Amino acid sequence: MVEVDYGLTEEQLEIRNIVREFAEERVKPVRAELDEKEEFPRALLDELGRMDLMGLYIPEEYGGFGGSTLDFCIAVEELSRACIGVSVSFAANALGSYPILFAGTEEQKKKYMTPLAKGEKLAAFGLTEPSAGSDVSGIQTTAVRKDDKYIINGTKQWITNGGEADIYSVIALTDKSKGPRGASFFVIEKGTPGFSFGKKEKKLGIHASATRELIFEDCEVPAENLLGREGMGFLLAMKTFDQSRPGIGAQGVGLAQGCLDEAVEYGRHRVQFGHPITSNQAIQHMLADMATKIEAARGLVYASCRAVDKGGKGVSKISAMAKVFATDVAMEAAINAVQIFGGYGYTRDYPVEKMLRDAKILQIYEGTNQIQRNIIGQALVKEYASKKK
Amino acid sequence: MHIVVCIKQVPNTTDVRINPETNTLVRDGVESIINPFDENAIEAALQLKDEHGAKVTVISMGPPQAESALRDALALGCDEVRLVSDRAFAGSDTWATSYALAQAIKSLGGADLILCGKQAIDGDTAQVGPGIAEFLGLPVVTYIRKLELLDDGARVRVERVFEDGYEVIESEMPVVLTVLKEMNIPRLPSLKGRMRAKRAEIPVLSAEAIGAEEEKVGLKGSPTRVVRIFSPPKKTGGMRIDGTSPLDAARLLVEKLKEQRVI
Repeated sequence: MVEVDYGLTEEQLEIRNIVREFAEERVKPVRAELDEKEEFPRALLDELGRMDLMGLYIPEEYGGFGGSTLDFCIAVEELSRACIGVSVSFAANALGSYPILFAGTEEQKKKYMTPLAKGEKLAAFGLTEPSAGSDVSGIQTTAVRKDDKYIINGTKQWITNGGEADIYSVIALTDKSKGPRGASFFVIEKGTPGFSFGKKEKKLGIHASATRELIFEDCEVPAENLLGREGMGFLLAMKTFDQSRPGIGAQGVGLAQGCLDEAVEYGRHRVQFGHPITSNQAIQHMLADMATKIEAARGLVYASCRAVDKGGKGVSKISAMAKVFATDVAMEAAINAVQIFGGYGYTRDYPVEKMLRDAKILQIYEGTNQIQRNIIGQALVKEYASKKK
Repeated sequence: MHIVVCIKQVPNTTDVRINPETNTLVRDGVESIINPFDENAIEAALQLKDEHGAKVTVISMGPPQAESALRDALALGCDEVRLVSDRAFAGSDTWATSYALAQAIKSLGGADLILCGKQAIDGDTAQVGPGIAEFLGLPVVTYIRKLELLDDGARVRVERVFEDGYEVIESEMPVVLTVLKEMNIPRLPSLKGRMRAKRAEIPVLSAEAIGAEEEKVGLKGSPTRVVRIFSPPKKTGGMRIDGTSPLDAARLLVEKLKEQRVI
C-alpha cells in the first residue's frame, strides 16, 4: 500500500514502528482499565523510559536521543492512536522540560534533564492559575527574593502530571509592578517544604492523566533554581508553547486516526439489511472525509514541526494552525466514529466512547482553539501590515 | 556467565496455511518474526544479564534472511549474534539442525547456559532443544516457567510444568533449558538498540567454520523425511442455535436431541 510521502528519515520510520508496537501491545490492552480506574500509567512510562523514548526530545549530552520536534511528534501521534490519556502523560514531560532546555544553565540542564532522559523522573509545567488561563498576565503567584532564596506563594491549577512529576517548571511574578514582564520561571522539586498538591481533578476524559493543583505556601526555593533571568518568564512561556503546540496537533492526528481505524473495522463487520454498513455510500462518505482530513492534518503538523525546528518569526502562527486544525479534525472524527458505531459506540464496551470524551480536551488545553485563532489572526494582520511599507 | 539462546525465524501467523497442491507452508505475504517462545528465552537470558551480569549470544540456523531475526535480538540488548547458514544445511531435519547448532555452540567455546523456546510455532516438534543437549552431552530440562541461579551460578533451580502440576528441578550448569510462554513478558526493543542493530554486521558461521561433518548435515544428514503434510479436513454438518434467548435455545436443543433419539 502506498502511503503519503512525508519524507521521513529511516530513524523517524523506526520511531514510528517502535512506538506503534508499544501502543498496540502495551497501551491498547489496558487503556479501558486505566480510563475506568482513573489510574496514572506509571508502568507504561517506566517502560517507555527503558525504550529510550522518555529522552527522545532531550539532547544527547544529557543522555537523551537528541530527536527533533518531528521525531517527538511522531511518537506522540502513535501513542495517541491508542490513548491520549497516556500520550499526554508522556508529552507533559517535554512541556515541563522546555523552559529548562531553553533557559537553563549547563549545570541545571545536566541536573534535571539526565534523570528525565532515563525516565527515572517525570516533569510538569506550571502556568495556569484560577484567574490566569488564556490570559497569562492574570498570574498572581509571587516569588519574592530573600537573600539567596525566593519565597513562592500562590496556586497553580490543572497541572498535567501534577503530583506524579518530580520536577516542576513554574512561572511566578518576581516584580508585580511590571505585569507579564515581571514574570520568571523556577524549577521546583517535589518534596520542597511549602510545596503541596490539591485534589486530583475528576475530568470528562483523559482519565489516565493526572491533573492536580500545585499549592505554594511560603515555599523556599534556592535562588539558583531561577531559569534564565528575572523577567524572562513570559517570553519563555510563549517560546515553550510555540514548541509544544505541534505536539497537541500530533495528539489530534493520532486520536483521529485511532477513530478511523475503529470505525472502518467496525463498519466492515456490522451487517444491516444483509450487507456490511461500509457498503452504504453514506458511511463511505463519512469515512472518506475523516481519512482526507486526517491526512491533511498530519501534513500540516509535520510541516509545522519542521518550521518550529528552523525557528524564526511566524512560527507561532504555523504551530497554532497545526494545533487548531488537527484538534478540530480529531473532535469531528470522534463524533463521527461514535455515529458509525451507533448505539454500541455510546457504550463503554467499545473504545470510541472514550475517544469522544478524550477528544474534547484537545480543543481546550495548551490554549483553546479560539485563542489559537487569535494568534493566527493577529499574526496575519501584522504580516500584511509590514508588507505594505 | 555466557548464555547462548537459540532462536528460529518463523512466519508471523497463528493460522498456518498449507498449499494443498504442494503440501508446503504458504509463506507468501506473511511477515517473518522470532518464534514467540524463543522471545521468552531471550527475555529470560536478558533478565539474568540484568540481575547477575552475563554475556548473551543469540544464534539462529536458517537462510540469509534469518538475519533480520538476529537484528531484532540485538535491538533487545543481546550482546552478540551468529547466523549459522550454509547451502550444505539445506533440508536439515531436527536431528541435523540440533547437530549443527551444537557444533556452533562448541565453536563459540561452549556456554554456561543454553536457552531455547519450548518449540517453534511452525514445525511444533520441540525436538531441537533436547537435541542440542544430547549432542553436547549436557543435561536438559524442558517446559520451564521459572528459573533461578543457585550457588553463585554453579547450579540452577527451575520449575517444569505439566498439565496437572509442576516439578522443581535443580541441575548443575552447563544445562540446556526450554522455556514456556508464561516464563515472562518479553521486553520491547529500545530506540537506541534498534538503531544500533540496523547498522550491525551479522557474522555468519558456515558448515566449515563450525567443523560440521558433511554427512551429518542437510538432507544427507537427516534421518527423517516429511512424507506428506496436509490440512485436516474441515468439520462439516452440525447446526448452530443463535439469535434467541438462552432459555429458548436450551428448549430447542432438547427438542432436536429428542428428535435424533440421543436423549
